Amino acid sequence: MDLLRFITCGSVDDGKSTLIGRLLYDSKSILADQLEAVEKASKSRDNGEVDLALLTDGLRSEREQGITIDVAYRYFQTTARKFIIVDAPGHIQYTRNMVTGASNCQLAIVLIDARHGVVEQTRRHSLIASMLGIQHVVVAVNKMDLVGFSEDVFSNICIRYAELAQKLAIPHITYIPLSALNGDNVVDRSAHMPWYEGTTLLHYLETITIQQDENLLHGRMPVQLVIRPQTAELPDYRGYAGKVTCGSFRVGEAVTVLPSGETSTVSRIERGEKDVPEAGIDESVILHLADNIDVSRGDLIVPSASQPIVSQDVEAMLCWMDSKAFSVGNKYVLQVGTARTRCSVRDIPYQLNIETYEQIEGIDTLKINDLARVTLRTAQPIAFDPYTQNRANGGAILIDETSNVTVGALMLAN
Amino acid sequence: MDYLDQLESEAIHIMREVAGQFERPALLFSGGKDSITLVHLARKAFRPGKFPFPLVHIDTGHNFQEALDFRDWLANSLGERLIVRYVEDTIKAKKLKEPTGRNATRNGLQTFTLLETIEEFEFDACIGGARRDEEKARAKERVFSVRDEFGSWDPKRQRPELWNLYNGRVHKGENVRVFPISNWTELDVWNYIRRENIALPSLYFAHDRELLLRDGKLMATAGNVIQPEADDERVTRKVRFRTVGDISCTAASESEAESLDDVIAEIQATRISERGETRMDDQLSEAAMEDRKKGGYF
Repeated sequence: MDLLRFITCGSVDDGKSTLIGRLLYDSKSILADQLEAVEKASKSRDNGEVDLALLTDGLRSEREQGITIDVAYRYFQTTARKFIIVDAPGHIQYTRNMVTGASNCQLAIVLIDARHGVVEQTRRHSLIASMLGIQHVVVAVNKMDLVGFSEDVFSNICIRYAELAQKLAIPHITYIPLSALNGDNVVDRSAHMPWYEGTTLLHYLETITIQQDENLLHGRMPVQLVIRPQTAELPDYRGYAGKVTCGSFRVGEAVTVLPSGETSTVSRIERGEKDVPEAGIDESVILHLADNIDVSRGDLIVPSASQPIVSQDVEAMLCWMDSKAFSVGNKYVLQVGTARTRCSVRDIPYQLNIETYEQIEGIDTLKINDLARVTLRTAQPIAFDPYTQNRANGGAILIDETSNVTVGALMLAN
Repeated sequence: MDYLDQLESEAIHIMREVAGQFERPALLFSGGKDSITLVHLARKAFRPGKFPFPLVHIDTGHNFQEALDFRDWLANSLGERLIVRYVEDTIKAKKLKEPTGRNATRNGLQTFTLLETIEEFEFDACIGGARRDEEKARAKERVFSVRDEFGSWDPKRQRPELWNLYNGRVHKGENVRVFPISNWTELDVWNYIRRENIALPSLYFAHDRELLLRDGKLMATAGNVIQPEADDERVTRKVRFRTVGDISCTAASESEAESLDDVIAEIQATRISERGETRMDDQLSEAAMEDRKKGGYF
């Protein structure tokens, strides 16, 4: 059985939490005592009906305010697939939380309230999904019950969304009309929309093929640590532990260690205390090299035949996540893979208006939740791939040296 | 790739990040199935090397003897260092007031001993077996969860955590709680234990046991931790423990499941969550876990 991680974008007003509650409830992933707790909470809020949204809003202040503040993770499983739902807040001040949530997802559900159609936040959520490299978007047109299950309303929203998507880079878009509150087209087919011939949301999630394009990419393994037992039995053992973030490595393959550029050959691969001939994508392994060269944490092992960019000059899309401003001249720690180096901000070529997608030039400072193109100069060369070609080796974070907090998400370009 | 392989590899990656980013990490070991799974994952992450951290157990003094014996056997057979610190010692040294009365538990006092132990050894990272599916406050916690010098979790000030890039940089006095099996569910843990043939304490499998029936829950009589009251009925039932924690707040479930296959079948069929069935400490209020985490609890 495989695993699908998807993010739901929308605010409470769109019925996002209700939709997740519905998916969990109708797929029988909610247990009796959890439902009982929600029933209890629903009663204490005098709204009578069982509020499925309360299943997902975990923090006290979220329940008090009826909004989702931080990313929450939900788990459910059907006979077809195992799912991780990344439940991200929709308000503009939580853009950074949505970026956090989207970074590990293969699919995004963008909720649209059928009464309101494509609105500003639809544009924002879609932009973030696109920027974060999500290949599959489901446009879930919710609250169809409140527009009389009208096919025209649905078709118009689809047309409007397709227009905005032309400016984005999302290859696969699917439209589903539904009512999360009543369960129409979520798990069970709706009797109210005979004109809709597509699948239900759950069926779509269960059957969609997530392209394993990453498998075809070139091998990349950031070195996490060097394992050297130095015992009487293993005096010379020296293995490089890490996770293959994309592609694969085979015993006998010629490899280069970056940023130093030293070369060797893979002499042995271990996985879970066993020798294997090949290390595939997402596998945590130990690589051994034939030659005694200098390799340590922060290095990237790649096939000599297909090397990434190695540079001190970096251009990237940035989502700024800190309340302290990001300005030209500021210095940060940049982390890509397991490598960390200091960097300084050279320039902000443009800021992106997250609702109109317009590029605003002449900006020298960014505030929290801003998206912008930036150029940086690093103290040490870093080895990376363009994010649009390789999510695993093209994402980086900025860390504030004084607060130690993660303050920016970078999608590396050039 | 099978989902169990993905979860396993993710957990190994997280543990190796701890080894790579921290100077004095520790693995908090309770003797329960989740921390036993962590130990198994640590073998896969670091063998043939030694673990880059000791196993640390905060003993409430209210543990099942079977779990303690298993803990000692496991540390011994692995040849890894085990550090045990006792809540009893903290109570005496700090003259702490123990909760009394019906359903009293030392679970809250565990936090004091944990924070003392972190200070004593200057641990900068503590690996724990918490899962996001356990409870709704946990569902919001990062894999690398930064705690201030009081061990407090501030849900509104969590660091962004992107891709598989973990930021473990902290100031002196702060430390990070790390949860490698954040994305595992109870069923995932059991399926993994079966697949990997991981040994568990016998408490997890159905056996005949003398218990107290209190408020519909079956409480263990072991170690005289729970004092019988007039309304309690002494019964003998065939039970297993779905979680193995402090005796005072861990209830048994009636069960015929003597093997891993039986246990997994039972969990798949159940309609009650793990914590709802067995843990008394989370039922105090809607935000019980959130409050305890803010106070430094795991």
